[in-house]
Amino acid sequence: MFWDCAPSGSVIAGGVALAAGLALGIPAGAPLRRLGGSLLGLAGLIFVLVQGASAQLDGAGDLARVSPAAGAWCLLLVLMLLMADALAQLNPGPRARAGLLALMLVALLALLWSGTLSDLSVMQEFTSRKNAFRSAALRHLALALGSLGAAAAIGFPLGILCHRNAALRGAALPVLSFLQTIPSLAMFGIMIPILGWLAAASPAARAIGIAGIGFAPAFIALVLYALLPVVANTVTGLAATPPAAIEAARGMGMTGAQRLWKVELPLAMPVILAGLRIVLVQNIGLAVIAGLIGGGGFGSFVFQGLNQTATDLILLGALPTVVMALVAAIVMDILVDLARRIPEPLP
Amino acid sequence: MIEIDRITKLYGSTRAVDTVSLTAETGTITVLVGTSGSGKTTLLRMINRLVEPTSGEIRINGEPTHTVKPHLLRRRIGYAIQGHGLFPHHSVARNIGAVPELLGWPEEKIAARVDELLTLFGMEPAAFRNRLPLELSGGQQQRVGVARALASRPDLLLMDEPFGALDPIIRTRAQEDLRTIQRKLGSTILLVTHDMDEAIRLGDRIAVMDGGRLVQYGPPEEIIAEPATPFVADMVGDAERPMRLLSLIPVSELIETGPAEGPSLAADASLREALSACLWTGREAIPIQRDGVPAGRVTLAAIRARAERHA
Amino acid sequence: MKPGMILRVALIALLLALVLKPEAFTSVFAPFAPEKGPVIYTRSSLLSLSLSHLGLVAVASVAATLVAVTLAILVTRPAGAAFRPLSRTITNVGQTFPPVAVLALAVPALGFGAGPTLVALFLYGLLPIFENAMTGLSTLPAATMEAARGLGLDRWQRLWRVELPLAMPVILGGIRLSVVIALGTATIGSTVAARTLGEVIIAGLLTSNTAFVLQGGLIVGLFAVLIHDALVQLETYLTKRNGRG
Repeated sequence: MFWDCAPSGSVIAGGVALAAGLALGIPAGAPLRRLGGSLLGLAGLIFVLVQGASAQLDGAGDLARVSPAAGAWCLLLVLMLLMADALAQLNPGPRARAGLLALMLVALLALLWSGTLSDLSVMQEFTSRKNAFRSAALRHLALALGSLGAAAAIGFPLGILCHRNAALRGAALPVLSFLQTIPSLAMFGIMIPILGWLAAASPAARAIGIAGIGFAPAFIALVLYALLPVVANTVTGLAATPPAAIEAARGMGMTGAQRLWKVELPLAMPVILAGLRIVLVQNIGLAVIAGLIGGGGFGSFVFQGLNQTATDLILLGALPTVVMALVAAIVMDILVDLARRIPEPLP
Repeated sequence: MIEIDRITKLYGSTRAVDTVSLTAETGTITVLVGTSGSGKTTLLRMINRLVEPTSGEIRINGEPTHTVKPHLLRRRIGYAIQGHGLFPHHSVARNIGAVPELLGWPEEKIAARVDELLTLFGMEPAAFRNRLPLELSGGQQQRVGVARALASRPDLLLMDEPFGALDPIIRTRAQEDLRTIQRKLGSTILLVTHDMDEAIRLGDRIAVMDGGRLVQYGPPEEIIAEPATPFVADMVGDAERPMRLLSLIPVSELIETGPAEGPSLAADASLREALSACLWTGREAIPIQRDGVPAGRVTLAAIRARAERHA
Repeated sequence: MKPGMILRVALIALLLALVLKPEAFTSVFAPFAPEKGPVIYTRSSLLSLSLSHLGLVAVASVAATLVAVTLAILVTRPAGAAFRPLSRTITNVGQTFPPVAVLALAVPALGFGAGPTLVALFLYGLLPIFENAMTGLSTLPAATMEAARGLGLDRWQRLWRVELPLAMPVILGGIRLSVVIALGTATIGSTVAARTLGEVIIAGLLTSNTAFVLQGGLIVGLFAVLIHDALVQLETYLTKRNGRG
């Protein structure tokens, strides 16, 4: 129970902070009060968790573990949402948001590094798999960012071509949205025989690491999923250029390429970046599936955990994925805002 | 000098522009006027080859336009359109400097030209240079649009309904400003409008288009006094004709010696203003001053006689 | 018949054949199966897996639609306006949570089986529907709303006769998104012991039997594509009827 999880003094202190935080944070209005409330509540929650964990383990053996129950996670989620809402209403500029994000990440890292939470079972799981965790994180990032890069490299030119050519647009967009519809597990699965065949048929493909299972099928599946948002947003962004600006650009003697680089692309950039945001967040989530086909990443922890009914292992995979997706979303939102706000420098 | 020589544009079997020929002299404003679908905009866009003619030839200062690459041709021709078409992501300075930038002018020269044009259009360079188009009023945006079209000192300035998006008061001012600046710079301008008032106010010569054909081409007086077809008469408006005609004639043409009572008019005022003054104040004659010195009078009878010459 | 219609009929026929008569495809999948290994998945009938899969998605989507649309109606009324910013934050943040992570996080809380899958599908399904319903209900043409008031419709009549029908295509767009995500997430649900078509794919992955992977992948893929297409058609029809397209 909450009450007897820790020495009563610290439970009362933490509980009061938590309750006060919620009381301040939940009523609508005054975003600053809500922000303060959520921070106070978070501090209280963490304090109770830490005190509770060490108290529970006091006297227990080295192998004993303690983990917060669903209630604690729910409280954490509610407090985070209150904070996000307060920040959304305060509506800080892109630079302020970047600063806040950095501050929060530093705070999170400091909390993890300090060892305050090391009694929690997820952290113990982490300590025992430090190396595997590092390589999974790198692999996950490589899958998500690499597929984003590849999709951008293919998607931008394709989007520009689609913008200029209605027939191509009519053919490409339905095919890409068809690809997006295919459930991820099926898509990853279908990649296996295709790439397996490719690897068997072509030594060159094998040489660059293409194989039926592992990184390659996961990577290619992610690229295929990413193409629709990239191409569709490029087309939408380019199509939204004011017609009078295009007419003026043509009339003043810009070549097709100059029009594209100087007028159309800069104006379409916020929409294009919004497409990349969708792709990045989506791919960070989908990269989890790579764990099922030997592609590595946080998904390998998740599915291993599901197989062994090991909750902590599931959390070790799922929580960093969520954090990565949230950070990616915030960073991309900042970039979209910057692209929208900065006027071009003078010639 | 712009020579349009038997130019035709077919869209399928529709003759958007049908064998039109006309010559515009250097340093003048030629206004193409007509209803929508008359082919006036298509004709204008064939001059800078935004539309390629089906047949015929256009020569600018003797050089046929089809011998120059379209984008190079367009850099020599200014182009201002309705709704200004400014680049929303570029500052005022970068918008005005767009064509010089394309032509590879050095930066200092572009900056100097931008400031010169802003000053010419009555916009303080230091205050406006770094603004974005969204931060300007409609009239200011339109002036920047025209300034941009003039930036590289083009041989020719094409304007497609440049004042179409402005409200009436700003519009009249913009028209006066354009006339003044054109006189100062001696630019050659071809302007498209559907508004006969604008055509009469701005044009040295007016070309009336109907159904792709040029139905009449001449100075404003001729268009008003001797409309070639019922369509032209309709465009001019029967009831408005005497007033429009009188607005083109300065009082100096009818000055006679003799006494007149009341406030006087300047010699470069139009007969329309003199008539208006007569009617409003119930006088038979209005005193005229030239440079502040009394120069005679204009009588209601003389104005009437002048108007009747065309009836 | 138009080519699109022919393709649709062909795909439906292929899907039905794959589900009802899987053994007919033995020769097609044989090259992908390991030597002497089974070619066609027989551990449970594909039909019952399909029905269970679709059932999960249907229950979750219907529940999510009812709840999400009700919530959207509430926050778009004047009385619910105070909750609008918070609900917007929740949808924005919630949609950055990967569906697989939501599924995985449901397990520690709810255990294995169809339960956590259903909850995960429901929770995740709420977001796109709520977001679209809110957009649809708050961007109605002002003139139409004014006219509805002028005609003397009361608040309920306005909601039922004007607002919901006009917002329907946008709401359907959200439902479509949510159903497509649910179909995919349900596939992964088989890793938490829900009975879905993902079972076939997972079995193939575990025994390195590509024939199973292909078989399961094709069936799930076809279901998703056809259901998506049907919802798109419905949306297009409603949009045209509303004259908002």
